[in-house]
Amino acid sequence: GLRTGTGSDSSAEGTFQVTMLPGDGVGPELMHAVKEVFKAGNVPVTFDEHHLSEVQNTASEEKLDRVVDSMKESKVALIGKIHTPMEYKGDLASYDMRLRRKLDLFANVVHVKSLPGYQTRHNNLDLVIIREQTEGEYSSLEHESVKGVIECLKIITRAKSQRIAKFAFDYATKKGRAKVTAVHKANIMKLGDGLFLQCCKEVAELYPKIKFDTMIIDNCCMQLVQNPYQFDVLVMPNLYGNIVDNLAAGLVGGAGVVPGESYSAEYAVFELVRRGSPRGTVPNLPVRAGILGGLEYHSNMVSDAVKKVIKGGKVRTRDLGGYSTTSDFVKSVIDNLHPHYGA
Amino acid sequence: MIPGDGIGPELMLHVKEVFRHACVPVDFEEVRVGSEAPEADVQNAITAIRRNGVALKGNIETNHNLPPNHKSRNNLIRTSLDLYANVIHCQSLPGVETRHRDIDILIVRENTEGEYSSLEHESVAGVVESLKIITAGRSRRIAHYAFGLARAAARRSVTAVHKANIMKLGDGLFLQCCQEVAAEYPEITFRSMIVDNTTMQLVSRPQQFDVMVMPNLYGNIVNNVCAGLVGGPGLVPGANYGHDYAVFETATRNTGKSIANRNIANPTATLLAACMMLDHLRLHSHASSIRQAVLASLD
Repeated sequence: GLRTGTGSDSSAEGTFQVTMLPGDGVGPELMHAVKEVFKAGNVPVTFDEHHLSEVQNTASEEKLDRVVDSMKESKVALIGKIHTPMEYKGDLASYDMRLRRKLDLFANVVHVKSLPGYQTRHNNLDLVIIREQTEGEYSSLEHESVKGVIECLKIITRAKSQRIAKFAFDYATKKGRAKVTAVHKANIMKLGDGLFLQCCKEVAELYPKIKFDTMIIDNCCMQLVQNPYQFDVLVMPNLYGNIVDNLAAGLVGGAGVVPGESYSAEYAVFELVRRGSPRGTVPNLPVRAGILGGLEYHSNMVSDAVKKVIKGGKVRTRDLGGYSTTSDFVKSVIDNLHPHYGA
Repeated sequence: MIPGDGIGPELMLHVKEVFRHACVPVDFEEVRVGSEAPEADVQNAITAIRRNGVALKGNIETNHNLPPNHKSRNNLIRTSLDLYANVIHCQSLPGVETRHRDIDILIVRENTEGEYSSLEHESVAGVVESLKIITAGRSRRIAHYAFGLARAAARRSVTAVHKANIMKLGDGLFLQCCQEVAAEYPEITFRSMIVDNTTMQLVSRPQQFDVMVMPNLYGNIVNNVCAGLVGGPGLVPGANYGHDYAVFETATRNTGKSIANRNIANPTATLLAACMMLDHLRLHSHASSIRQAVLASLD
């Protein structure tokens, strides 16, 4: 919601508060980049920063609660990457996952779009991947029944499957998309993915204007490699979503150019770096946070500047094949902000 | 020979024709198993394979509208015969235009457990639990297979694909077993990579991969991604090896219902699978000549 901030750069009537979790790795640098660009563009947003990190040992239940409280005020968050350590420290669920569950961020949306000016093997791609992200294979329910035998539980429920299906169709309706494809492996996981598929079919009937089809995950991956243009909106359970997100990101140039958004009924979290990616650069996404708060003007301004820099081709970060540093890119974006709008 | 559904039957005819022309000393015992076949038919097929030791197979359609106790026939065959290693060789083929070149990846996939355990139940109405099983025994077994294959084929590295950051106990155990086995093959470099990053790397720079080893579901996905990279489901052959039996089929196990009986299916994958079978039967000269003929036709 709207809140009067104590930040120094509030030029509008009130400023929006956004919760910020820089996280690990490149997160803090990217957050800094976002702040710089927003400052240069006089964007009326104040950031409420929280440092939650499992690998840096600044994670705790209290910290998590404080983040949730912050979210109750701001409703919107910008998140870097909360790295999940590989070692089993006694807790099967990572902080990343626990945060998602506490906020009930059930829908993860990744809009895979080719960037104009950045040539990849696939150009003019425009697909949306919607992933259920609170259950499925990420239930963190595992146990060693007998020595050397592990059972991992994958949970699929009717309620959450219906919810994500409805989200997907509502999203498609809102954004004027024509088709939703449910991705599954119901030939093998007949009850689990079978239930997911069933729920998607039921929801699809309520949206007669949107085409609905289904595809098995392995074939879907192959189709994405060979002919990704056939896809529009895709909806799927947790693990397949994770894999398809990354595959699709690879098609358009890597993790750094494909931002993600997570939604619950009340909150929205914008990710700076694709989960699971080793490095990212300044993505064109932090801007989207602005759209939620009704800061459409600012978001377009920053977004245009970023796109201009990428299209220009002269300043390219490492992951896009160039040699520029993050700060070079940021400076270029800031420079592009001013001439256009005379700020 | 199990023709299966969809394009299976017509492709099997082509194999027989090619074998006839090449005078291959192989007799096929045909066993039909349709998608709605009763369990007895599947058991017949399994017994036939036990008799002959080797099979060439099309994919049997799994109708997911049938009740859940009707298990996938293909899976039943694999698990009953303990065909624990699914191996596919993804290679850039001459004459095939693709976005990537110089791909040469051997994918070893655990074929009997993991997410394909078919152990599911609805604990409460609307709540389904699907069990993914990972055991130390089978993980070590597949790891040994992968490293053994790498050594025999003079390959330099093996990459284990997993998601142990999320499935800490399950995939954690798999990874640990791979690490233990790797120590016994010091001349081979061992790497590990999380499955989501793996798919991204595969579509951006597939040349970095050599031999890969992974549990069942990731194997299914990686197989399909790699097949897509080198030109699609019609090109890549696959093999399922057990201690005593071997079954050969296409790598991506498609039924190809929509293109069946229209004389448009690409027989390359099936023909190359037949060549893998001939190699397994030590009919190397026949395998080579047919393989060369296939590759020459592609060029």
